Amino acid sequence: MKLEFKIITDLVEKNTRVLDVGCGDGTLMDFLKNNKKIDVRGIEISKNNVQKCVEKGLTVIEGDAEKDLIQFPDRSFDFVILSQTLQAFLNPEIVINELLRVGKKAIVTIPNFGFWKVRLQLLIKGTMPITKTLPDEWHNTPNLHMCSIKDFFNFCNNRKIKLDKSLALHNEKTSSISNINLNIKNLSAELGIFLIEK
Amino acid sequence: MNNINDIKKIIVDKPLKLDCGKIINNFPVAYETYGSLNAKKNNAILVFHALTGDQFVSGINPITKKDGWWSYAVGPEKAIDTNKYFVICANVMGGCMGSYGPSNIDPTTNKILGTNFPVITINDMVNAQYNLLDFFKIDQLFCVTGGSMGGMQVLQFVSNFPDKTKIAIPIACTASHSAQNIAFNELGRQSIMADANWVNGNYSNEKLNPDKGLSVARMAAHITYLSKNGLQEKFGRKLQERDDLKFSFDADFQIESYLRYQGSVFVDRFDANSYLYITRAMDYFDLIKQHHGNLSKAFAQSKTKFFVISFTSDWLYPTSENKDIVIALNAIGADVGFVEIESDKGHDSFLLNVPVFLDTLKNYINTSYLNN
Repeated sequence: MKLEFKIITDLVEKNTRVLDVGCGDGTLMDFLKNNKKIDVRGIEISKNNVQKCVEKGLTVIEGDAEKDLIQFPDRSFDFVILSQTLQAFLNPEIVINELLRVGKKAIVTIPNFGFWKVRLQLLIKGTMPITKTLPDEWHNTPNLHMCSIKDFFNFCNNRKIKLDKSLALHNEKTSSISNINLNIKNLSAELGIFLIEK
Repeated sequence: MNNINDIKKIIVDKPLKLDCGKIINNFPVAYETYGSLNAKKNNAILVFHALTGDQFVSGINPITKKDGWWSYAVGPEKAIDTNKYFVICANVMGGCMGSYGPSNIDPTTNKILGTNFPVITINDMVNAQYNLLDFFKIDQLFCVTGGSMGGMQVLQFVSNFPDKTKIAIPIACTASHSAQNIAFNELGRQSIMADANWVNGNYSNEKLNPDKGLSVARMAAHITYLSKNGLQEKFGRKLQERDDLKFSFDADFQIESYLRYQGSVFVDRFDANSYLYITRAMDYFDLIKQHHGNLSKAFAQSKTKFFVISFTSDWLYPTSENKDIVIALNAIGADVGFVEIESDKGHDSFLLNVPVFLDTLKNYINTSYLNN
């Protein structure tokens, strides 16, 4: 399993209720369920992925996080997870608000558009960057609202969203992000992982 | 077995109060089973049939000699694997395959009940079938499932008996019958009642049958079970065994001939009064109203795991109505999964060979049984 999922799993406490928003084929849910006795639910937009989740015996709802989170009551989950999907929503701010309404805490991961390789591609080649975490071309990417670690960090601070944990991931290594090293991490990390609460 | 009198049935001696207020006694519930009940009695699946179904889910129906109505889904190694599970299906109250219905004989007059049969509801049907659990001494079912009106019974079952099933799979259904669906049912009923041979429901006693009315009812309903695209693809404007239009009202088009055929075979196996009563029961179904406007309350006492399935081209019980059930369940933190299956076969998709649907059903049931 990819390191990102291992880090997310470490952030989630045992015996809790978790909602995985955009749960894909259920890899993370499966791991959470079997290793941390977590009562885990998923929302997934792709029919194909929903069926893969059902094969694994996971509880998944086919749906669109932007429309369907509304059905969950306030604070009905201990953690809500959003892995590398925030940038694909029409309105990421509404989604973040919904995550923090439905969950007591949320774990959000973002592909970092401030990563040096991303910046360099645009600067040198003058084309939209293509990297491991951003594999699509400009015309077929699902991403609508790319942001950097710094953007997300500032976004939370401006909205009084508490950043319980901010982690930078690069080359299979994680490190903490703080106000002091923010500019460096924004340059050196491929992925940002944030544990947030309102 | 090829006689309706050979059908398996239990006679329920506990009085049952119907929603209409009438109390019934010693009424029959006809049923069929497939597979065998294990020693722990934890592998029983109660299947509820739809409007025109019966208890003969799988294999050859001994009365009609046709395949059971859910043969694609139920049988050895199928989605509902009868090598593994004990499948029970009862003929609904109001039906015409051995359960208490309008074609029963009234012992006080020795005549067929006809419209003296009480108006029944989905709730009454479910309460009648519940007696099968006592009969088989099953404390808790593993699963209840069914499509269309069968799905409505699934919802009503969990609402009435919150701890009597581990999992529930309502398919292509609704928690509250829509105006459009009531309208289509009314069209069918009016068609039957407009047939002079219906004679106020007394046709059997007068050795008549409202074939024309019932077959038109079936034709109209059949259109609602299919999708526009499905019809267009299958029939288009193809002509029926002719090279050109005949400038008459014969069945020029294949779709006309197909519908006429569907109507004509239906009258051989279905009772017109049953059609009236069962469609009425569907129209009266409103689980939301039963719970004073809050569907979540229907399931609040239950720990049952739900899996809701809808179909993209089903416009009779559209995805939105199936999703309302999911929303109500999520509102109380119930364990509920949901998938909308891609299919151009309309509402009938759940009865047909739709591999993605059958695989999903199979996977859900089997993985739930593992965690049982």
